[in-house]
Formats: sequence, C-alpha cells, structure tokens
Amino acid sequence: MQRRILDFWVGLFVMTGIAALMFLSLKVGNLDTYGIADSYVIKGNFDNIGGLKTRAPVKSSGVVVGRVADIQFSTSTYDAIVTMNIDSRYQFPKDTFASILTAGLLGEQYIGLAAGGDEVMLKEGDTIMKTNSAMVLEEMIGRFLFDKASEDNDF
Amino acid sequence: MFKHLAAGIRSVGHRTIEGVWQLGHATRFFLLVLLKSGTSFRRFGLVIRELYYVGVLSLIIIVVSGLFVGMVLGLQGYETLQKYGSESAVGTLVALSLVRELGPVVAALLFASRAGSAITAEIGLMKATEQLAAMGMMAVDPVARVVAPRFWAGVISMPFLAAIFSVMGVFGGYLVTVTFIGVDAGSFWSQMQSNVDFRIDILNGFIKSCFFGVAVTAIAVFEGYDSPPTAEGVSGATTRTVVTSSLAILGLDFILTAFMFRGI
Repeated sequence: MQRRILDFWVGLFVMTGIAALMFLSLKVGNLDTYGIADSYVIKGNFDNIGGLKTRAPVKSSGVVVGRVADIQFSTSTYDAIVTMNIDSRYQFPKDTFASILTAGLLGEQYIGLAAGGDEVMLKEGDTIMKTNSAMVLEEMIGRFLFDKASEDNDF
Repeated sequence: MFKHLAAGIRSVGHRTIEGVWQLGHATRFFLLVLLKSGTSFRRFGLVIRELYYVGVLSLIIIVVSGLFVGMVLGLQGYETLQKYGSESAVGTLVALSLVRELGPVVAALLFASRAGSAITAEIGLMKATEQLAAMGMMAVDPVARVVAPRFWAGVISMPFLAAIFSVMGVFGGYLVTVTFIGVDAGSFWSQMQSNVDFRIDILNGFIKSCFFGVAVTAIAVFEGYDSPPTAEGVSGATTRTVVTSSLAILGLDFILTAFMFRGI
C-alpha cells in the first residue's frame, strides 16, 4: 500500500483515539468540574458522618458548591473533622448550618449548607459552628423502639 | 502401582520446570525486543505500517462491539434500575462499567483475537519459510526489523482502541436508553458526570489498557517467534496466543483492579 494512504489512515486512527480519550475525560468524566479553579477551604466538626466519603458533593439549595476534600477523626474532641473545598464564587455567612443529608432513600450522602443571616462571611480555614450529623438508621429505629417501650410502660 | 505414582510425580516436575523455563525464555525475549526497539523509533515508518494493520483494521470490530455492548448494558441496566425508580442512574452504570472494566478488557480480548493472532501467524510463517533466517544472513536483525515494530504498534494502538470502545459503548447506551426508551438526556449525562471520576475511573482504565496492550503483543510476538517452523506449529502458536493472552488479560485485570479500586 502507498505510504501516503497508510499515513493518512494511521493519522486518522490516532486522532480518533485521542478524541475518544478527550471525550471520556471531558464529557463522561468530570475533569472540567474536578478541580474547582478557585476555591477556599472550610471545616466542620460532625458527631457522626454516617457514610460520607471524600469527593462527596457539598450542596446548597441543591446546587453543588463544593466537594469534601478530607475526612479525619479528631482524638481531642472525639468527632469527625470534614474539610470542604468551596467554590470561591459562593460565599457563605458565618452562621451557616451544615448537615449531612442523603440523596434519595438509598443514595449517596452529601453535605447540605443552609445559609444563615450573619453579615460576616466564612473565610479560608474557618470552621462551621452549627452542624447536624448524619441520620443513622439503626439509631433511629433504636430510639423509636425505646420510645415505644416507654410508652407501653406508662399504661 | 508405585511406578505409576512416580511417573505422575515426574510429569508434574517436568511440566513445572518446562513452564518456568518457558517463562524465563519469554522474559528474555521481551527484554531483547525492548533492547532492540531503537530501530523502530528511528525508522518510524515501520511502526506506522504495522499500526495500520494492527490498529486501523481492528477499528471496525471494536466500534461495532462497543456499540452493541453499550446498548445491551443500557437495556439491562434500565430493566433493573427502573424497579427501584432510579433509571436516571443508567448513564452512570453504563459509563462506569465501560470505563473501568468492559472497555479495556473486552477491547483487549477482541484485540488479542483480531490482531494478536495475526501477528503470531505472520511471524510464525516468516520463520517457517525461513524469511527470518534469510534476514539474519543479510545482517538485518529480524527482532529489530520484524518483531519490535509489531510490538510497539500493538502497545500504541491498544489504549486508543479501548477508549474508542468505551466511547462507542456510552453512545450505544445513550441511543437505547435516551432515544428509544426515553430516559431524560439531562439526567443521563449529569448523573454520569457527577459519578465518573477522571483520576479514579478514566485514568485507571487507561492504565489498564496500556498493560493489556503490552501483555497481548508481547505474548503474540513471542509465540510467533518461538513457534515450531511447521504448518502445525504455526497453527498451534496462533491458538496459544489467543488462549494465553485472554487468560493473561483476565488475570492482570483482577490484579490491577485489586490495586486500583481497593477501599473505594
């Protein structure tokens, strides 16, 4: 086969391959939203994070405003320290309420931010004061049964 | 009785030694190919010619199979997910299974049977008809001139083929679930994008396909070069290429997956 035709087809093949890789990274994966270009770090202490994982979304009013960067256990306060990267386009007041919520009945867990009314905004490295732990099904059932048992005893 | 037992033990020992010897031989040959790859990069035209036969001509089977695998994944995924009312997650299912596992593995299996067997048969036949020996007589190193370009062509084309397979699969899944069944296109893409990670899923899938490319072509060129120079020998070597590389792909896939996705 002629060299020029060969070169053409191989070039086309390599370009298709690179285009496929680009498509995978940009359209299928989330490379474009992966590293939030400009972000700041805030922290939150939670009594119980349930099944929260790193890279879980941080949402406010359902909009993804950041991602969980790191989860650690503190031996001084015996709770979980969750570090979040928040897009710097979104500023939140100092008395913002952070709670761990679940998407759907069986969905993944994420952090929901409910903005407060403070005039001072959260800065890089600040810690959210008001947090709400994840709902753990066993605890809820346990509490329900306990309440039920104590109700029955009253009669 | 004792004689038979001893013969059985002897045959186990013989096979073990034979296997170890063969593995060492293959490794030495692999290193030799790497050592003599300089020529293939100085004369890149040799690699381009092989890229055409190994990569471009494999495109059709890769594209068609990718499309159908994606369509089946979409159908089956929809069927199961709609029972739980989460059919919008079908995009995630299709993309994750393709990018992580099916893309690299199925593309590599197809590549082994489509291109690996052809490489083995070609090199084996060249050896059987003493073309390789003739090259050696003319002071042309057959490993540098014949084996190394084929090896590098396979290594280069495998990741591209796997990526094309995955993209066609995602497209097939989109076609079935969004166009035919009527899952919302927006949630198909957005769920996929929020759950497919670049580093964990796509980069690891890419690394997998690179490993498979090296494994398949290394086995193919070794079996071809090592085949007995007879018609029977070449046919046996071609069969061994497909069987060994398929097993190597599946085994490697397990090991790589265990390393990559542990604790996720």
